[in-house]
Amino acid sequence: MKGSDTLREGRWSTRLLAVYFVLFIIFLYGAMIVMTVLSFNGPEGGVTFPLKGTSFRWWEALYNQDLSGSNADRIRAAGLNSLYLGLVTGAVTGLLALTLSMAFKRRFRLDGVVFFLVLLCLMTPGFLLSLGTSFFWQWMNIRPDLWKTALGTNVVWALPFGFLVMIAVWNRYDDQIEEGARDLGASAVRTFREITLPLVWLGVFGTFLFGFTLSWNEYDRTALFLTGGDVTLPIQIFSLTVVSTIRPDLYALGTGTTGVALLAVGVGVVYALIRLRRRGAGVEAETQVAEELGEVTGTDADRGITAGSDR
Amino acid sequence: MSQGAEATEQTDTPAGAASAEAPKGSGLELRNLTKVFAGGVIAVEDVNLTVEHGEYVVLLGPSGCGKTTTLRMIGGHEVPTSGDVVLDGESLLALSPDKRPTTTVFQHFALFPHKSVLENVEFGLKMHGVSKEARRQEATETLEMVGLSELADRKPSALSGGQQQRVALARVLVTKPKALLLDEPLGDLDRLLQLRMRVELRNLQRQLGLMFIHVTHNQEESLSMADTIVVMNDAVIQQVGDPLTLATQPANELVATFMGDNNVIRGTIESRDGDRIVVDDGHVKASCIATGDDRGVGDAASLSVRAAGLLLAEDEAGGGAGVNHADCEIVFVEYLGDLIKLHLSAAGERMTAKVPGDLYERLRGSEGSAIRVNWKEEDVQLLAAS
Repeated sequence: MKGSDTLREGRWSTRLLAVYFVLFIIFLYGAMIVMTVLSFNGPEGGVTFPLKGTSFRWWEALYNQDLSGSNADRIRAAGLNSLYLGLVTGAVTGLLALTLSMAFKRRFRLDGVVFFLVLLCLMTPGFLLSLGTSFFWQWMNIRPDLWKTALGTNVVWALPFGFLVMIAVWNRYDDQIEEGARDLGASAVRTFREITLPLVWLGVFGTFLFGFTLSWNEYDRTALFLTGGDVTLPIQIFSLTVVSTIRPDLYALGTGTTGVALLAVGVGVVYALIRLRRRGAGVEAETQVAEELGEVTGTDADRGITAGSDR
Repeated sequence: MSQGAEATEQTDTPAGAASAEAPKGSGLELRNLTKVFAGGVIAVEDVNLTVEHGEYVVLLGPSGCGKTTTLRMIGGHEVPTSGDVVLDGESLLALSPDKRPTTTVFQHFALFPHKSVLENVEFGLKMHGVSKEARRQEATETLEMVGLSELADRKPSALSGGQQQRVALARVLVTKPKALLLDEPLGDLDRLLQLRMRVELRNLQRQLGLMFIHVTHNQEESLSMADTIVVMNDAVIQQVGDPLTLATQPANELVATFMGDNNVIRGTIESRDGDRIVVDDGHVKASCIATGDDRGVGDAASLSVRAAGLLLAEDEAGGGAGVNHADCEIVFVEYLGDLIKLHLSAAGERMTAKVPGDLYERLRGSEGSAIRVNWKEEDVQLLAAS
């Protein structure tokens, strides 16, 4: 009796959770779904429902400048600017986050203060940071430029995130592995190259991705640092929404970039799954071999005792 | 001579044959070695020690006693505040860890997780500039020596704890160090494996004729493996001796209690007859021969009686009238198979006796009953005044 009550209760809570989950997904992706649907609006359609037929016109407008009202050239130029800026921001952030975080592997005087100083730009409101930095550049007599002012501000913005990622990486890192390498005759530089870097490169790559992503959709901190002709994608999109009527080609752009991002994530996940499965199978097979060896030789102290049962 | 040059010269010699060419020289000397950490914490204080080539030395002590810091100073991972580390007459202090002829086996093994077993083992040779073919051959031979050649292509994460331990050993042995430093090398292994690795490690050391300096907090491990045990506590060496001496003649109360199962009687000297003194703690009197000690009647003195030296009164008579025996209550009977550990209370003072396991039939369930234990004078040791 009691058991079936519990069962019924469990079923109900599962259903409630399922409804909550669906609502949550709609909340998360609703805007994106609307955007995707409207990007296929007919040639006469606008950016709101109802759809006026369907077409690929707005998608075509993304690459065909000859269509009337198309912003293909501007979007392409801004998109390339964003891509390059993102890649360089990612690379610089990765390098700086790695070296900066390495300083924190040991205690030093005022390390706590320095730690919070690094994180300060993460907490400062974006536009204030932008304003302050722009005054600073002006005082330095440096004119706004993609590769000077914009890159600088993007790196300042991304660095605290990358730094935190690397601090987490070092927290899980065993310093004795480096000591082991030094013991075996590796110089400090060799140890860094042969041991440290291969062990943390995934974290460094993570900070690169962080830098790239933050730069890719950065608006607040970049807005004051670009001249009219040399803009990034978010700023181009914003200016298009300001100077002309919004048209579904922006939806197509949004859908397209989201699609590329999802594809990249999907490929990454599948790759990781395949690798994981392959490695798992490998370990299983090897463990079996070890167990057999232990049985056959019977001399090895631990094979028979702990093979396969270990951490 | 740097280790680099040495390793390169020896590349043609299989590691397994290293016993034929055990290092020669005056051995390792720690001279007034002191380490004070930032904040004024004294980790190691004025340590003086000599270790010969081919000797198996165990640094034993509770955690925080300075044994690992001492080991790290020998390996170059910690810089001494003062004092010197001298190997075969040459100071190692100016040398970074990669230039020292010492290598360390770490407690958690510190294997390179991204390299295969073979790559782990040949790493040291690679760093010393040994050619690819030569180092591969040598690493394979060393893996054979530790019985792991079948697993050469595995990553360390796919090995059991014991296998990782062997890889860690192979990895340092292949570089033919003059001194092998082992930091709690058995600490990560389960008990059965620990017992087997003790024997294997000791056999390997004998076979190679190398100087091993092994750090542990495990008394049993030190007794079973060492040629020489160095007991440390509070940054200071308390006693240096062979296992038998440490087990039967602890120098001071600290060593007596740390070595385990020694009964310490703290009292005053009641009488002195030549070298023979009788110490009374108010409940128990014990006598011993105190050659070289000049304390007289009324002076404070502590004695140590080994748990294995305590006999049940009806088995065998011990000392003279009123001396070298204690009337106790049995608190707990701990059956350990071959022997029984009797936890006793002598008027509130805890005592421990180890008696043969075949007495268990008689002692089972005897908690709360009274018993008399006695001991022979030769099992009593006068402890140094502290």
